[in-house]
Amino acid sequence: MKFMNATTGWSLLLLLALAFPFLAGNDYHLTVMSTAYIYAIATIGLNLITGYTGQYNLAHSGFMAVGAYTVGILTVDHQVPFWIAFFLAGVIAAAIGFFVGLVSLRLKTHFFSIFTLCVGYIMYLLIEKWESLTHGTVGIIGIPAPPNIGSIDFTEPRPQYYLVLFFLVASLWIMHRIVRSLLGRTFMAIRNGDDLAQALGINLMRNKLLAFMLSVFFAGLAGGLYAGFVRFIGPGVASVEHTFDMTMYMLIGGIGTLLGPLLGAIGVPWLTQYLQVLQDFRFVVFGPLLVILVIFLPYGIVGTWMNRKRRKEALAAQSAAPAARDINTLAAAKGATHA
Amino acid sequence: MILELFLQQVLNGLTLGGVYSLVALGLTLVYGILHVPNFAHGAFYMAGAYSAFFIMTKLGLNYWWGMLGAGVVVALISVLAERLVFHPLRKAPYLHHMIASIGILLFLEAGAQAIWGADFHRMDTPYTQLLEFGGLTLPAQRLLIIGAAFLLVALLQLFLKKTITGATIVAMAQNREGAALVGIDATRVAMLTFAIAGALAGVAAVLYAPINLVYTSMGNLVITKAFVIIVLGGMGSVPGAIAGGLIIGFAEAFGAFYISTDYKDIIAFALLVLILSVRPQGLFAKGAH
Repeated sequence: MKFMNATTGWSLLLLLALAFPFLAGNDYHLTVMSTAYIYAIATIGLNLITGYTGQYNLAHSGFMAVGAYTVGILTVDHQVPFWIAFFLAGVIAAAIGFFVGLVSLRLKTHFFSIFTLCVGYIMYLLIEKWESLTHGTVGIIGIPAPPNIGSIDFTEPRPQYYLVLFFLVASLWIMHRIVRSLLGRTFMAIRNGDDLAQALGINLMRNKLLAFMLSVFFAGLAGGLYAGFVRFIGPGVASVEHTFDMTMYMLIGGIGTLLGPLLGAIGVPWLTQYLQVLQDFRFVVFGPLLVILVIFLPYGIVGTWMNRKRRKEALAAQSAAPAARDINTLAAAKGATHA
Repeated sequence: MILELFLQQVLNGLTLGGVYSLVALGLTLVYGILHVPNFAHGAFYMAGAYSAFFIMTKLGLNYWWGMLGAGVVVALISVLAERLVFHPLRKAPYLHHMIASIGILLFLEAGAQAIWGADFHRMDTPYTQLLEFGGLTLPAQRLLIIGAAFLLVALLQLFLKKTITGATIVAMAQNREGAALVGIDATRVAMLTFAIAGALAGVAAVLYAPINLVYTSMGNLVITKAFVIIVLGGMGSVPGAIAGGLIIGFAEAFGAFYISTDYKDIIAFALLVLILSVRPQGLFAKGAH
C-alpha cells in the first residue's frame, strides 16, 4: 500500500549522496555540494530552536562565525591540531550560547529576535574591530585542512566531500534522536504554547536554554567545518544575511521538519547555481518568494506534504471506524508536523 | 576648549538622535497598530535615499524636491507592503510576520543593487557651509537635520493629539476592538500609519545621507538601532521613541568621542543587552509585554 516509508526514503537519499561524487561532472560541483552540506548542518541547528522550539534566533550566523574563528584562531595563531580546535568550535559556541541564552531567553516572541539580532551585530562588530584577536577585516588566511587520516588527503575535493557528508549524516541522526525523544516533545510543547507547557510542569527556561545551546553547537561545528573547508574566513561569516539565507532554506523546505531544512539548504544553492543571473540578485526573486511562501505555504514543501498525508490518513481512519472517532487520530491530524 | 569639544558632541548627539527618532517613530507607530516588528523599515529608509538620489541626479531637481519625492515614494512602498504582505498575514503567528518583513527587506536591497549597483554614492546638499559660532563649528547640514527632525516630531505630535484622524491612530494602538466598535476603519488607519511611517523613514534618510553616503545596506545599522530604541522606549510608545532616539544618539556621540570610534556602533547594542538583562520589559514600558 505504502509507496515509500521514511526509512527507505532516507536510505535512498544517503545512497544518492554517497554516489554523488561519481555522478558529478567536476570538482566544482563537489565544492558547491560540500558548501551546501555545511550550511545544511547550521540550518538543522537553527531549525531546532526556531522550528521545533519556536524561538527565532537572529544571531545564528554569529555563532557559526564563533565556530569558524575558534578553528581559525587556534590552528593559525596557536598551532592547535585541527580536530581539537574543531571540537572546541562547537563547545565554545555552546558556552557563549549559554550566557547569551540566559539573558535573551527571558524575552518572548519578537523581543527575543530583536535581542538576538543585536547580539549578532555585536559579534559581527567585535570580529571586525578586535584586530589583535581576529585579524580584523583582513580575516584569517591559511587555515590548515583537516590532517590526513591514513592515506586520505583532506585537501582533495572528494575526501572533503565525504568528510562533510559524514558530519551532515551524524547531525541529522542526532537531530532525529532528539526530536523523537521526550526532550523533542518538550521543545515542541514550548513552541505550541509557553503557558500550556508550563502548566504541564515543563521548566521553560531550562529547556529553552538546552535547545538554544544544542542549536548553536551545530552552528559552531558547521563554522568549524567551514573554516577547515574554505580555509579562509572573514567577518562576513557572521553577517546576519547568512541567518536570513538559512531562514529561507528552512522555510522553503518546511520549518519544524527534519527533511525540510535539508532539502532547502541543498536545493536553493543549486537553483542559484543554475540561474547564473540570480547569483548577485537572488533576493530579487527569493525575497518575494519568501513572502509568498509565508502567506500561502507557511509549512514549506515537506510540511505541506506531511499535513496532507496526515489528513488523508485521519480521514481514512475515520471512515473505517466512524463510531470510534477517537482522540488519537484527531490529535495526529492536528498535531505538530514532523518528518 | 574642553567645553567646546563637549558642545560639539552635544551637536553630534542631537543630529544622530534626530535621525534615529524619525526612523524609530515610524517603527513604533506601525508596531502600535499591528504589533508587527517591521524589519523592512530599514530598507524603506534605504529606498528613500535612493529615490532622492535618483530625483536629484537623473531628473535634475533640487534637494528639497528629492526629499519630498523620497517621502512620497517610500510612503507608497510602505502602504503597498501593508496591503500585499502584512494585511494577509494579520492573523498569522509572529514568526510569519517577521520572516515576511525580512523577505521585503531582502527584495528591496537586492532591487536597489540591481538598479544602482553596489557602489557607494554621494548625495549633494545645498547646505555645505560651516557656521562659526563662538568657537563652535556648526555644519549647516547638521543644523538642518536637527531643525527638520524636531519640526517633524512636533508636527507628528500635533497631528496625533489634535486631529480626529490622528486620534484614530492612537485609538487603534490603544485598543483595536474598541476602536472598531466606535466605527474606526481599521484598514484605513493601518494604511495611513504605514504611509506616515514610510514617509518619516524616507525623509530621515534624505536628511542624513549627505553626511553619510548612499549604499544598499545603509539601512541595516539604522534599523537595528531603531529597534533598540523602541525596545528601550517601550514598543508602540511615541514619547518613548523620541526619548530613546536621543539617548542612543547621545550615547553614540559621546561614546565615539570619549571611548572609541571603532566601537561606537556597538554602544547602542551593548546598552540594550545591559538594560534588558536588568529590566526585561524595557526602560519605560508599563507592565508585561
